[in-house]
Amino acid sequence: MSAGALRYLLYRTARAALTAFAVVSLVFVLIRAVPGDPVDAMLGEQAAPEDRAAVRHALHLDESLPSQYLRFLSDVADGSLGRSFRAPDTNVRTLIADAFPPTVQLAAWSLALAWALALPLGVLAAAKRGTMLDRIASVFALTGLALPTIWLGPLLVLVFAVKLRWLPLPGDDPTAAGALVLPAITIGLALAAGLTRQTRAAMVEVLSMPYVAAARARGVTGTRVFFQHALRNALLPVLTLGAAQLGALLSGAVIAEKIFERPGLGTLFLEGFFARDIPVVQGVVLLVGVIYVLVNVGLDFAYTLVDPRVRLS
Amino acid sequence: MKRLYYAPSAWICAAFLLLAVLGPLVIRTSPEAIDLAHMYELPSDQHWLGTADNGVDLASALAHGARLAAIISVSVVGISLTLGALLGALAGMRGGRFDAAVMALCDLLQAFPAVLLNIALLSVVARPSVEHVVLSLSVSGWVLYARLARAETLSLREREFVSAARALGATETRVLVLHLLPNLGGPLLVQATTNFGGVILMEATLSFLGLGPARAVSWGALLDQGSSVLLRFPHVALVSGFAIAAVVLGFNLAGDVVREALDPRLRGRR
Repeated sequence: MSAGALRYLLYRTARAALTAFAVVSLVFVLIRAVPGDPVDAMLGEQAAPEDRAAVRHALHLDESLPSQYLRFLSDVADGSLGRSFRAPDTNVRTLIADAFPPTVQLAAWSLALAWALALPLGVLAAAKRGTMLDRIASVFALTGLALPTIWLGPLLVLVFAVKLRWLPLPGDDPTAAGALVLPAITIGLALAAGLTRQTRAAMVEVLSMPYVAAARARGVTGTRVFFQHALRNALLPVLTLGAAQLGALLSGAVIAEKIFERPGLGTLFLEGFFARDIPVVQGVVLLVGVIYVLVNVGLDFAYTLVDPRVRLS
Repeated sequence: MKRLYYAPSAWICAAFLLLAVLGPLVIRTSPEAIDLAHMYELPSDQHWLGTADNGVDLASALAHGARLAAIISVSVVGISLTLGALLGALAGMRGGRFDAAVMALCDLLQAFPAVLLNIALLSVVARPSVEHVVLSLSVSGWVLYARLARAETLSLREREFVSAARALGATETRVLVLHLLPNLGGPLLVQATTNFGGVILMEATLSFLGLGPARAVSWGALLDQGSSVLLRFPHVALVSGFAIAAVVLGFNLAGDVVREALDPRLRGRR
């Protein structure tokens, strides 16, 4: 790695860390700006004033906003991310560490499925433009984009788990064989739809470039032009969309984990929400912010691998 | 107008609005009328679409859900559009620090998955009301419009009619209100049409996750209810999910129709 690239990496990481920090601070402020009292939500509105005061004190909610913020920052700094309101003996980091693996597994399968479907379909649709195959690809893309995740999940369950009985039902053992198939399709189909469109559009554009015609004129074979000259250049915008889909992937995980009753970050986040467990909500938000930032820095490097003209400096 | 008349998507949107406005007036059964003897019944003469949990009439629940979706989407699109257009146009016109600050805020809000942001924002209210949901959706909603308004303003402000107005001594406010904002109308209208679908989907998703307005009949909540009894009574999830999917698709496609209607160059291209 050159000195320039290293400097760029440091610069990007520092900027990225600042962004993550700003996101968390924003959420910290917004959560407290929304009218409503977490103590109400925890104890009910009829709780005795002494009990409320005790809880408020135990959770440091009686302190001033700046001092709550400092406390929050020190919790972030020592890595514990604070203690859960519901289980004061457990710190948020432990809860997140337990919930992280199942969600990563689900996200990885969803992404793999989306790319495995979208890349060949988009490339083939571009190569055989105007044919039946192209039309099938565009119907697939439209269907995937039009079906809301919250409806697709129950539909898949109804067909493949209830009627056909091919795959496990929601709430069955989440580690069982095939338990990931329906959740991964629920999240992956919408991602695949967007990627298919983008891949097709990018390939169509690249294939009309003069350098592709030039390569053909030099006698480079069709497949080679296609894969080495065209696909590589078409990947750049597709990669960008892939990163933009991170949000959809994480939102999808929250929805799919609820539909399929799976453990994970989404479930932890929703439980935190319903119990008004602010440290848990903040912790997950921080983690998502950091993941987002890391993916974007990582993507800058992926660009340089795909396109040597892109220099990091 | 003629183009809208022939577009199926426009008909879906019109049907949705009719259902929202007239549905609750025509279907007199209350969506809160409990009839435990007739839970999860299939469609019959008495209940056109069957019944849901507690024997609630599904057609009535659907109509009231449409009304809620319409109220929320009109409010959120209205607030986001106004706020976003003003901030975006100002940022584009002024440039400098104000521009940088607005864009930084946009980046921040967009850096975060919308569903998660809304959950975090709603996590402090004991029982979210319709106003809370509208507020929460608008916090992230204005960004779309601000970016669009800023980009359009950047190109508009170099045009002769703006320079002419400036040269004649027009104040910044006058340029903004009389010269810039009217010209932003087209692109913002296209964005708003599509955005209706997005807001309706987000409201349904939040309600599905159990974070929607408390004590309101929502399509998302119906779908959630239907999903939990999918094994025995799939009709509840099928009907409510279909309603969400159709309306969201309708508004998305209607956005394309509006775009083509406003920009004749796009006509006939597909």
